[in-house]
Amino acid sequence: MASELRPVSDRLRRKRTYRRVLGGIFYGLFLASVCVGIIGLVVLLYEVLSNGLPWINWQFITDYPSRHPEEAGLFSALMGTVWLMGMTALFTVPVGVGAAIYLEEYAPRNILTRVIEINVANLAGVPSIVYGLLGLALFVTWFQLGRSILAGSMTLSLLVLPIVILSSREAIRAVPDSYRQAAYAMGADQWQVIKQVILPSAAPGILTGTILAMSRAIGEAAPVIAISALVYLTFVPAHPMDRFTVLPIQIYNWIARPQDEFRGLAAAGIIVLLVILLTMNAIAVFLRNRYQVRSEE
Amino acid sequence: MVLEKKHMKNADAALTAKNLNVYYGDFLAIKDVNMAMKRNSVTALIGPSGCGKSTFLRCLNRMNDLITSASVRGEILFEDLNIYSDKVDATEIRSKIGMVFQKPNPFPKSIYQNIAFGLKVNGFSGDIDEAVERSLHQASLWEEVKDRLDDSAFTLSGGQQQRLCIARALAVEPEVLLMDEPASSLDPIATLAIEDLVRDLKAHYTIIIVTHNMQQAARVSDETAFFMVGENRSGYLVEHDDTQRIFTNPSNEKTEEYITGRFS
Amino acid sequence: MPREDFERNLKLVQDEVVQLSSMVEKAIFKSIDSLKRRDLGASQQVIDEDDIIDAKQEAIENRCIDLIALESPMAVDLRVIIAAMMVANELERMGDYAEGIAKISLAMGELPPLKPLIDIPRMADKAVDMLRRSIESYVNRDIVAAKGVFHDDDEVDEMYEQVYRELLTYMMRDPTTIQRATYLLWVSHDLERVADRTTNIAERVMFLVTGKTEMD
Repeated sequence: MASELRPVSDRLRRKRTYRRVLGGIFYGLFLASVCVGIIGLVVLLYEVLSNGLPWINWQFITDYPSRHPEEAGLFSALMGTVWLMGMTALFTVPVGVGAAIYLEEYAPRNILTRVIEINVANLAGVPSIVYGLLGLALFVTWFQLGRSILAGSMTLSLLVLPIVILSSREAIRAVPDSYRQAAYAMGADQWQVIKQVILPSAAPGILTGTILAMSRAIGEAAPVIAISALVYLTFVPAHPMDRFTVLPIQIYNWIARPQDEFRGLAAAGIIVLLVILLTMNAIAVFLRNRYQVRSEE
Repeated sequence: MVLEKKHMKNADAALTAKNLNVYYGDFLAIKDVNMAMKRNSVTALIGPSGCGKSTFLRCLNRMNDLITSASVRGEILFEDLNIYSDKVDATEIRSKIGMVFQKPNPFPKSIYQNIAFGLKVNGFSGDIDEAVERSLHQASLWEEVKDRLDDSAFTLSGGQQQRLCIARALAVEPEVLLMDEPASSLDPIATLAIEDLVRDLKAHYTIIIVTHNMQQAARVSDETAFFMVGENRSGYLVEHDDTQRIFTNPSNEKTEEYITGRFS
Repeated sequence: MPREDFERNLKLVQDEVVQLSSMVEKAIFKSIDSLKRRDLGASQQVIDEDDIIDAKQEAIENRCIDLIALESPMAVDLRVIIAAMMVANELERMGDYAEGIAKISLAMGELPPLKPLIDIPRMADKAVDMLRRSIESYVNRDIVAAKGVFHDDDEVDEMYEQVYRELLTYMMRDPTTIQRATYLLWVSHDLERVADRTTNIAERVMFLVTGKTEMD
């Protein structure tokens, strides 16, 4: 034992005990913080699951909403969500990735670039309702697109664009500079380097970022409400200019109803939404792990 | 004053630097270099850190263009043309003057794809399989990888990866090969393999190699150029002569100080 | 100071070469002296002590080999070490000549010398002087002194010619003196070789300082 080999002064020993106790206290506090988060989540899940699970069945998924709770379903909202997400991705990915490529590979290091970068970062923090109002004024009214999926997806694009740009930039930045050097040294020009070396390497990161952006967009009720209004639809959108509704709106609709059964339906709708979200996140994580292992050997 | 060896006929020089000065912003990194590099021979660039030898190397294939703060004054003559003139396309130069880096940097692709990359990027229209095999033979790597060309480049050892990078550079059939401390991240056996390779390659290519290992420079090169940090931390060329002379009886006192390790 | 250990070792090697040269000097002197005075005991000592000279040369050689293997000497360092090895080698051969002279002294035994020895000791003095100066030029890296030693060899060659002619005369006049004359001829030959080897040392000094092997 060290204490037998060399006598430790009394003051040192006391300090050590004090630090140990302090360490224990902090450990307890941090553990408690985690527990608060977990307990809150567990309670929430329990509430939702206990209220909603009884209402989950195939008919719920495929039926349209109705005034009668037993016949109500969320098919229109589900399809609306799918349409909206698809079209949002269609706008967001090219614009977001393109902007990221410009900022990382082409833009010169000057004040203008810096200004652009700062603004993109700031836009990520703007409340989503502001985007809703912007979309209402710009797409619905000025562009005369009406309360269509097109207007809605363009609005949501603006909302999640900063996320896609930021995460794509990170992915591009994460490509080791040594690849660029090797590619240039062999006589590749800038576009060849981007297309054949940087994008393939950054693709998993870009993909992950896009999925995460989409999963943020799925849950945004405020901007969609501003565009499409709280509608009660019993049809599925057939083309981009159609009216639409999404899961968050449908869930809100049900919560607003007085009958107790609708509360259960709302919970069921939340479960469906959660399942979709979790699946998307799981895919994102899976993809990130798979490609990270491959490229970081 | 630079001690330049006996006058070399122009035809013998693959690359010539004339009054080369390199700035990073306002800082003069390399001052007034005049140097002719002989064709089909190995020229080693040695010197203490900060002397500009790597910067000089990167001028030879215009890789310094990628650094925004870098500006190059003077000329580098290659095939009777100044590679820094406006008429010359940098990417074309780089397919004629290839480069291998300090740390092996294969792409995250298969062995085959790594070598095919240069060919595709330069619009190669011949038989890619044959070109890949030829390059791997030249880099003394064919026997070790011929059965697994589709495996990821990262399954190779460090020494093999570096030889892959050499094969990749050779695939586009350059005339000159620039090597920036190619063996410094490798173990001794892999290092000697690279040195043997360099000796074999000089029959067909002109090789300029930066190394901080003097024994390596002595083993592998035909001519050696010694760079040194001068006033205001600018690098300059002190002496350039046959390797045999530099290491047994250099003309410049500073060269001798550096070589005998009395430089501090 | 950079490479302090290495510097110290280089100095050590040089000191050892100087020590070896002084051992060889004494051996030459003693061998001629014992020949002159007919001191057979001293002659035997020279023969025995040659082993020490050989051992010293071998030690110097081994130290030089170690330095080459372990310190990667370049340029002037390399020349210093190579020069030390070669000079030690020359010295060892000179030691062998001293031993040869001592052996002749023993072989002559109780026989009286043919004639009073005058020229041979003079040759020996000159050779030893050349040895001393060549080693000085080695220590001081003095090419002027080295060149001086190089040119003195002509003098020794002349003395040798003289001794040779004189002894020939003796032998032609009186064949019974042939054996003793021959012994003395060998001795002067050995001394001529000693002087010759000091010029080799001078050449090594040139090489050390200039990196070239031509004198002039």
